[in-house]
Amino acid sequence: MSSVIPVAQVKTLRMSIYRYDPSVDDKPYMQDIDVEVPNDKDIMVLDALHLAKAIEPSLSYRRSCREGVCGSDGMNINGKNGLACITPLSEAVKRNKLTLRPMPGLPVIRDLIVDMKLFYDQLEKVQPYLITKSENPEKERVQTPEERDELDGLYECILCGCCSTSCPSFWWNPDKFLGPAALLQSWRFIADTRDEATEERLDDLEDAFSLYRCHGIMNCVTVCPKGLNPTEAISNIRNKLIARKRQ
Amino acid sequence: MKVNEIINPKDLPVMEFDSIIIGGGGAGLRASLQLAESGLNTAVISKVFPTRSHTVSAQGGITCAIQSDDPDDDWRWHMFDTVKGSDYIGDQEAIEYMCSEGPKAVFELEHMGLPFSRTEEGKIYQRPFGGQSKDYGKGGQATRTCAAADRTGHSLLHTLYQANLKAGTKFLNEWFAVDMVLNEDGAVVGVIAFEIESGEIFYIRSKSTVLATGGAGRIYASTTNALINSGDGIGMALRAGLPVQDIEMWQFHPTGIYGAGTLVTEGCRGEGGYLLNKDGERFMERYAPNSKDLAGRDVVARSMALEILEGRGCGPNKDHIQLRLDHLGPELIYQRLPGIVELSKTFAGVDPAVQPIPVVPTCHYMMGGVPTNINGQVITVKDGQDTIIEGLYAAGEVACVSVHGGNRLGGNSLLDLVVFGRSAGLHIEETMKQGVNLKKASNDDIEKALERLNRLNASTEGEQVAVLKERMQQNMQNNFGVFRREDLMEKGIKKLDDLRGEVENIFLQDKSATFNTARIEALEMQNLFEVAEATAVTANERKESRGAHARDDYPDRNDDDWLKHSIYFSATKEVSKRDVNRRPKTVQAFQPMVRSY
Repeated sequence: MSSVIPVAQVKTLRMSIYRYDPSVDDKPYMQDIDVEVPNDKDIMVLDALHLAKAIEPSLSYRRSCREGVCGSDGMNINGKNGLACITPLSEAVKRNKLTLRPMPGLPVIRDLIVDMKLFYDQLEKVQPYLITKSENPEKERVQTPEERDELDGLYECILCGCCSTSCPSFWWNPDKFLGPAALLQSWRFIADTRDEATEERLDDLEDAFSLYRCHGIMNCVTVCPKGLNPTEAISNIRNKLIARKRQ
Repeated sequence: MKVNEIINPKDLPVMEFDSIIIGGGGAGLRASLQLAESGLNTAVISKVFPTRSHTVSAQGGITCAIQSDDPDDDWRWHMFDTVKGSDYIGDQEAIEYMCSEGPKAVFELEHMGLPFSRTEEGKIYQRPFGGQSKDYGKGGQATRTCAAADRTGHSLLHTLYQANLKAGTKFLNEWFAVDMVLNEDGAVVGVIAFEIESGEIFYIRSKSTVLATGGAGRIYASTTNALINSGDGIGMALRAGLPVQDIEMWQFHPTGIYGAGTLVTEGCRGEGGYLLNKDGERFMERYAPNSKDLAGRDVVARSMALEILEGRGCGPNKDHIQLRLDHLGPELIYQRLPGIVELSKTFAGVDPAVQPIPVVPTCHYMMGGVPTNINGQVITVKDGQDTIIEGLYAAGEVACVSVHGGNRLGGNSLLDLVVFGRSAGLHIEETMKQGVNLKKASNDDIEKALERLNRLNASTEGEQVAVLKERMQQNMQNNFGVFRREDLMEKGIKKLDDLRGEVENIFLQDKSATFNTARIEALEMQNLFEVAEATAVTANERKESRGAHARDDYPDRNDDDWLKHSIYFSATKEVSKRDVNRRPKTVQAFQPMVRSY
C-alpha cells in the first residue's frame, strides 16, 4: 500500500491490540493505535496491521503469503479466530473498532504471536504422512477420481491453528486431546485409499482423550478460514472406531 | 548469548552438523529428505514454520513428461520447450537432467502421498500449460502439467514436510540465518543464525551448507510473492563475494489479480480461459496466432502491457485486462480451480464462474540466482574460469543452474525444486562418504558474518525499514519493469546509489531479543537491496531483448554478443559474461531459432 493517500479519502480506525514483550513488560496490556484506512475501498486486517506497524515498529505478528494459504497470521479478530490476510475490515470491524488478540489457549511469545509447539506436537502424534507397506510401483499408485474426491475438504488444511485454539476441549486438555486440526489430518490419511495403516491409526485414538474429548461444539467449523469441517472428520473416525468394536 | 548484544566471536556458542539447509520450502525439504534418509546429521534452518514457505502458493502444477495424458509424450519434447522458453540461455545439460529425471521425482512425490488429481484411469491428472508442445514444437499443444487441483504447491510442500517428519529430519524452525561463514580458503563452513523466539544466537558449523532461500519478488512494489521472499540467500552470497547469474531476468506473470497482486494460475488458461481487452477482443490471437493465450509467459505479459499502454485496457482507468472463465461452466471451475474461486472472491470481489477476473502482469519469479552445476554446487568465476565453492550448494529459486534462462515455463519451478533439491542431497551424501576436511573458521572469519547484526544493534539514528522499502520497490517497479530503457534504468541506478548508505545504516529502534520482527525486517531489507541493485546494474548492461528482459532501446535478441549468462559481483558492480552450456549428454543441442508461439 502507498503511504501517501489523499486526506479526503481516508478515515481513522482505532485498533486495539494485545501487546506483550516479556523482556520489557511485566504483564500484557491493550494498546490503542489509530490508523488511517481508505474510505472508498476495503482492505484486509493484515493491511491495517502493516499500517499500525509503520506507526509502532515494535508490534509483532507472523505473516507470509498474505493470501490465505500459508496459515501464518491466525489471530483473534474482534473475538473470533481468523486469518488477518483474508478478513476484510468490512467484515471484522464492529462499531469502528478492531480488537486483535493472539489465538487463545496457547502461551503468548510476544504480542500476537503464540507458541504453537503444543499444536504441532499433537499433529505429529497422528503420524501425518502416508504409510505404505507394499512395494512402491514403478509409476503412481492408482487412485480413481472418486477415491481422490474423498480427500477434498481434508488435504487443504493450512495448519493455521484457528480451529484448535477456538476449541474448549483443546483449551482444557491441550496435551491429551489432539484437537480438530490434528484429527482432520488423521482422517485425511485414513480416508486415503493409498494408506495402509488404518488399523494402527485407529488403535492410537482408542483412549478416552485423544479423540473422544470432542463434544461436537463445532467452533472449529465456524472459524476455519478454509471452510473445512473437522467435526465431520472426527465423527467419521468415531464411526470407524465404533464399527470396529462391533465386529 | 542473545542477538541484541554486541557479539564477540570468541564467546559465540557453536552447534555442529554434517549438513545444514537454509530454507524450508520445496527445494530445502527435498534436499533435507535425501540427507535425513542417508543418516547424516542434518538440520533445516527456516525463518518460518516450513509449510509457511512460498512454495505453498504455487497453484497450477508441476510440468513433467510422465505420459499420463499422452502415452507418447517424451521428456525430450519438454526439454525442447524449456530451451526455447528460456530464449536459449538455459543450460542444456541442466535442462536435459531436469526433464529426464523429472518423472522419477514426480512419482516419488506421489509415493510420499501427494494428493494429485486423477484421470478416469486413476493416473495423475495433467493439464495444458503455456509454452508446451508435442514433437519439438511441430505437434501442437501438449498436456504436461501434473496437478492437485490448483493447489499443487500447497500439496507438494505439505507432502514433503510430512515425509521429512517421517524421516526424522531435525528442524530449526523460526530461526534466521544472518550470513555465511567462510574460512581462509574461501570455503563455506557454516552460518551465523539465531532463534527468532528467544534471540539465542549461534555459529552453526557445518561441512556443507545448502542455500534454499527462494526468491526475492519483494524488490518490486507489485508482486505475487509472499512477504517473506526477501532474497536472503542472494544477499548472503553477494556479501560473501560470490556472484549472481542472469539476475536481470525477472518473470512478470500475466495474471496477478489487479490491485492485490495475488496469483491466478496459468492453469486457468490451460483449462480454456482467455484474456480480453476493453473491446472484448481475444487479443492474444494477434500476438501469438498458434499458442494464443498459452504462449510463453514473457510473450503474454508483454502483449497485455502493450494493450494497456495503447489504451485498450479495461476499467475506468483502462489499466487492467480481463481473464474470462465463465464459459467453462461452474462444475469444471469449482472442481479444477477451487483455489482461484476463493482468491477471486476475496481479492477481486468476483466469482469467476460468473464474471471475468481483473488481472495485470505482476512480478512473479527470479530466473537468475546463485550459479550452480547440476549437483547444486555453487560456482564462482575466477579469471574467466568456473570454480566450485567448497561446502556450498544452492537449489530452487535462489539458484541458477540454469534451467529457466531468460524465461521460465509454467510448472517448471516445482520440477526444478524437487529435481535439484534431490541432486544436491545426493551429491552431499556422496561427498560426506569420501570425507570432508575444511579448515576451521578463525574469529576474524566469524566476525565478518556478525557485522550486520552488530551494526543494527549499535544503531542510534537513521531511516526506518518501511520507508526505505517503499522507495526501493517503487524505483524497481518504475524503472526495471516489463519494458526497460537505458535513461530510466540509469536514473533508477542513481536512486539505488543514494539508498545504499541508508540501507546499510538502518535504524533499529526496538532492540528486544524476543521475536523481534523489526530486526528480521531490517535484515531482510538489506538482502532485498542487494538483489535490487544486482538486477538494476545487470539489466542496464544486457543491451538486447531476450526472454523477460525487454528493452525499448534494444528491441532485438543479439545472439552474437549476448547468447551468454550475465555474471555480477557486488564488490565491483561489474557485469561479465559466462558461456551457456549447449552440450547435453544424450541428445543433440537445440540451436537458437526465432522464438514464436
